[in-house]
Amino acid sequence: MAFLEVKNISIQFGGLTAVDGLDFKVEEGQVVSIIGPNGAGKTTIFNILTGIYQPGEGEIYFQGQQINGLAPQKIVSSGIARTFQNIRLFPDMRVIENVLVGTHIQTRYRLVDGFLRIRRFRQEESEKIQFAAKLLDEVGLSSRLNDYADNLPYGEQRKLEIARAIATGAKLLLLDEPAAGMNPKESEELRQFILDLKKQGYTILLIEHDMNVVMNLSDYIYVVDYGKKIAEGLPQEIQGNKQVATAYLGESEVDL
Amino acid sequence: MEHFTGKFNLEELVYKYRYPLGAVFLLLLLGLPYLGLSQYVMRIIIMIGIYTMLALGLNILTGYTGLVSLGHSGFFAIGAYVTAILMLKLQIHFIPAAFIAMIITGICGLLLGLPTLRLTGTYLSIVTLGFAEIVKMIIMNWEPVTNGTLGLRNIPRPSFFGIDLTLANHGMYYFMLILLFLITFLCIAIKKSKLGRALHAIKENELAASMMGIYTARYKILAFILSAVITGLAGGYYATLVSYIDHNSFTFDVSILILSIVILGGMGTIRGMFFGSILLIVFPEIARPLMEWRFVVYGLVLIFMMRFRPQGLLGWRTTLPFQVPVNAQERQKRSGKHGISRS
Repeated sequence: MAFLEVKNISIQFGGLTAVDGLDFKVEEGQVVSIIGPNGAGKTTIFNILTGIYQPGEGEIYFQGQQINGLAPQKIVSSGIARTFQNIRLFPDMRVIENVLVGTHIQTRYRLVDGFLRIRRFRQEESEKIQFAAKLLDEVGLSSRLNDYADNLPYGEQRKLEIARAIATGAKLLLLDEPAAGMNPKESEELRQFILDLKKQGYTILLIEHDMNVVMNLSDYIYVVDYGKKIAEGLPQEIQGNKQVATAYLGESEVDL
Repeated sequence: MEHFTGKFNLEELVYKYRYPLGAVFLLLLLGLPYLGLSQYVMRIIIMIGIYTMLALGLNILTGYTGLVSLGHSGFFAIGAYVTAILMLKLQIHFIPAAFIAMIITGICGLLLGLPTLRLTGTYLSIVTLGFAEIVKMIIMNWEPVTNGTLGLRNIPRPSFFGIDLTLANHGMYYFMLILLFLITFLCIAIKKSKLGRALHAIKENELAASMMGIYTARYKILAFILSAVITGLAGGYYATLVSYIDHNSFTFDVSILILSIVILGGMGTIRGMFFGSILLIVFPEIARPLMEWRFVVYGLVLIFMMRFRPQGLLGWRTTLPFQVPVNAQERQKRSGKHGISRS
């Protein structure tokens, strides 16, 4: 069984079928992209995967375990973390504090230990702070450690959101349009950054519109439109796919 | 941090001399009763202490977690009444009485916290407002227990080792200091643990917090419980201090005053709770000549504050560097690195 396996999921909002019988797979260590026009249901897929929405039908397996129907917190603990299309950092917290919130589920001491400030609390707290500082160093935000999250430039906020997701101990990262609003230089940096993550062994499921990022990064691509999968394949296969071009650009008399 | 050197930075200065300053402050607090202050002034100082406790309690809910409660007078009342009733009717000592009062207010906090599963923002505030009114109604109408609108009188003072704590022997003052110290310590401990970070994260962005694996509903209810317990303890102390309580001691105004302290001082800070309660308890006393104009001034202050300093008077973001502990190995590596870059 694949690392992440989604079988025939559907969800309806009133009369609208946002996701309609969708199947896809993500193998461990891969970067897999989901692309599609606006409103195709991509973010809804993420919301289903992370437990915010419960699918009306279908099953989701992560590392062989069924995760649909679990609470979002349980899904995070099982090793899936996400970022958001519209950045959702904790703006009034410092950069390192944002990452420390990410380590929440990895921090095992009981609350009473914190009140009594026993050794286990102090030790684990200091370990987590060191871990967070190291993580920030790795993603290139160590100079920003003391800053407040809302003072970071856009690209760094994106990076911080990814660092925070990594801090949960996740193995599968769901990145929702990480390159949105970035200039070409920033998105190139981001591509390099995601590639580094892949090398470190993270599995990445990506929603993205920036084709430079998608085509140069993905091991496999799924194309979604109106909640249905209209194509899947390797980047070069998708580039030549007529149906995909039609979904994005509409019918054309000229051969694309 | 480089970009702050050269500039006068009060926070850095205070942090640098925090031990001597803390010692001076502590000595001042301990020596306060011997400065020849009148009993009236001492009473105001004790009231500042009580309202600081109340503000610290509400701060956990409003400052840390971002849930605005308009009903903290309800918890205050429950704490005071339970303590008073237990001391009067069952003749038990203040400590166990206050302890039971804290448990009961904690349970009420849990019950009031349950609507947070469904309600947010203003709607939640309205529920808390209703809660305080219900508590008041129960106090007024449950005559066999609460003595109705006549209130409870002759509530005994706590006594330790046969010595009754009073205002005259400054026992009540020192007792207040101890409680305040414990509550402050608890609040700092909460703030500096994963609990404090989780609550702050919920305040900042609840969806993102739950995507970090934080059980937001549980933590919000926990915030309610902690907040209620602290408020209940302050209530118990208040009951023995004034020795007479009735439903009018716990009006909506009290809830608003606590909330004003939290907002004026600086939501989420601990220093702000002390400063806010000093201002808002002392101001009505020194402004007595202004008569009813006091409330106009009071309102104006709040309006101007909201406009020009919404984060509260002491609600600044700290510019002190975050303390990252360095273990021995890392330290060596770093100093090594430093040496290379210098040469």
